[in-house]
Amino acid sequence: MTTTARPRRRLGDLVLAGFSILVLFYLFMPIITIVAFSFNDPAGKFNLTWSGFTLANWSDPFAGGDLLDAMVYSIKIAVMASLVATVIGGLVALALSRYRFRGGALINLFLVLPLTTPEVVLGASLLNFFVAQDERILFFDVSRGFRTILVSHILFCVSFVAMTVKARVRGFDWSLEDAAMDLGAPPLRVFAKVTFPLIVPGILAAALLSFALSIDDYIITTMVRDVGGEPTFPLYIAGAFQREVSPQINVLSTLILIISVSLMASGSILGALRQRRSMA
Amino acid sequence: MAGGGEERNQRRGTWQPYAMLSPGMLWMALFFFAPMVILARYALSEPRDRFSGKYDLTWRFENFTEVFDRYGEQFLRSFRYSGIATLLCIALGYPLAYWIATRGGRYRNLLLGLVVVPFFTSYLVRTIAWTTLVGDEGPILGIAGALSLEGALDSIGITTNGGLLQTQTAVILGLTYNFLPFMVLPIYVSLEKIDFRLLDAAKDLYSSSRRAFWKVIFPLSLPGVFAGTLLTFIPASGDFVNAEFLGGPNNQMIGNVIQNEFFVQFDFASAAAISFILMFIITVGVLVYARIFGTDELSV
Repeated sequence: MTTTARPRRRLGDLVLAGFSILVLFYLFMPIITIVAFSFNDPAGKFNLTWSGFTLANWSDPFAGGDLLDAMVYSIKIAVMASLVATVIGGLVALALSRYRFRGGALINLFLVLPLTTPEVVLGASLLNFFVAQDERILFFDVSRGFRTILVSHILFCVSFVAMTVKARVRGFDWSLEDAAMDLGAPPLRVFAKVTFPLIVPGILAAALLSFALSIDDYIITTMVRDVGGEPTFPLYIAGAFQREVSPQINVLSTLILIISVSLMASGSILGALRQRRSMA
Repeated sequence: MAGGGEERNQRRGTWQPYAMLSPGMLWMALFFFAPMVILARYALSEPRDRFSGKYDLTWRFENFTEVFDRYGEQFLRSFRYSGIATLLCIALGYPLAYWIATRGGRYRNLLLGLVVVPFFTSYLVRTIAWTTLVGDEGPILGIAGALSLEGALDSIGITTNGGLLQTQTAVILGLTYNFLPFMVLPIYVSLEKIDFRLLDAAKDLYSSSRRAFWKVIFPLSLPGVFAGTLLTFIPASGDFVNAEFLGGPNNQMIGNVIQNEFFVQFDFASAAAISFILMFIITVGVLVYARIFGTDELSV
């Protein structure tokens, strides 16, 4: 390394680090705002401009029953959607990676299509589909509400699940199953002891991704919902923006943030501990 | 491309793979392909009369040209906003991903976590927080005011009459913000796979650092940029949340138009025709883009 090159490189490093930290700050700007405004004492109905510090909003974090109801409703949909999507999407992924069969390439293409379709178009097609029953095109009756939201959420999660699980089991040597069977393991045992442990990380990642996608979906949900019916959390927030933005939204969001960050942190600490133990 | 060939010791399936595929494929057939057919049907239909809300399939292709004439401006605006947002995501996300991948050391996972953490809060809540940030009493205009930059920002079109909310700047800022992680993560993944000793090799062959980066590292990271671009541009071009909350009447994107046709005008035929045009343009764009910068990343 020449002496002249050094200071220049260090300067470049500094610029890169500074720029990256600024970008990280950009990512955190709304988060800082959300947390800060949970301590705001808004002058009117809209908690959008700062008017004074208060702890009152935190005295009862779960106040504002409607908001909490919407959250519970969203969690209910997200749990059910991610369960179903993980099972049927996981099966698709396993079939694609475990077997060689006719039509595999076509199935792969089908899986990509919902991902390259803008959400608003997916929502539009589902809405038309659910409305079309008035036209007697469909032979079954679909009234919009819980069921249409659930069905749509499962749909957009399936492709994500299949892709995630497929990526995780890529390169897996399926002859390990043969080896286990050669050693006398019955098929169920082979699945429980060989296949399942290998696919678990992928399945878990896919389930978490589905849950996150479902609980936060607004664009599709707003199109397949029953307009007068029970709102999901994002629908509730969007509606609140027209009437009243209460600081309880910030309190609940801050709580969710704290919970998910601590879950993530404890997960990675557990992972690190396990790794250390297995190395010892 | 089929996943085949990359897997080792795949079995030859007879009925089993089809049995495993059937629930997922049935779901997709019923709730993706069938709705798309219905959407196409509406796009070619006419309302039966003014009041019944019923539509008759009349193969009216004029629906497409009519909505294109009527909303050409919003189409162009959508692609302009999402295009600028995608470029901004590359400009902001690439250096960040590069920094984490090369200088992150043992804090890599922590730093990646920091990129994702803001997205543990709801999309809507984050976007509403942006309305505060870009608001007239918000910190951004506050800082601009303290530096007496108002006039300058206005003259280069970043602010309009000293305001940020309800301008295209705010919409693009929100779009960039909301899709940035979808750019950072794939770029990080492709950078992480690169053997950075290649840089030393290039320098041993008397390449400058800058040239080594552009000739060696950057081309190898293109699959990440490619995947990130699709993950950013496609959802951004159909988005209507940012335009709704951060934009004004002159910043409506095509997603807002679709939404409006459905729920305000109750014109299902136009809404369906617009949706189809949007999907068509994006599909063609993706295919052309894949042809030029193509990798197999799409079929991960």
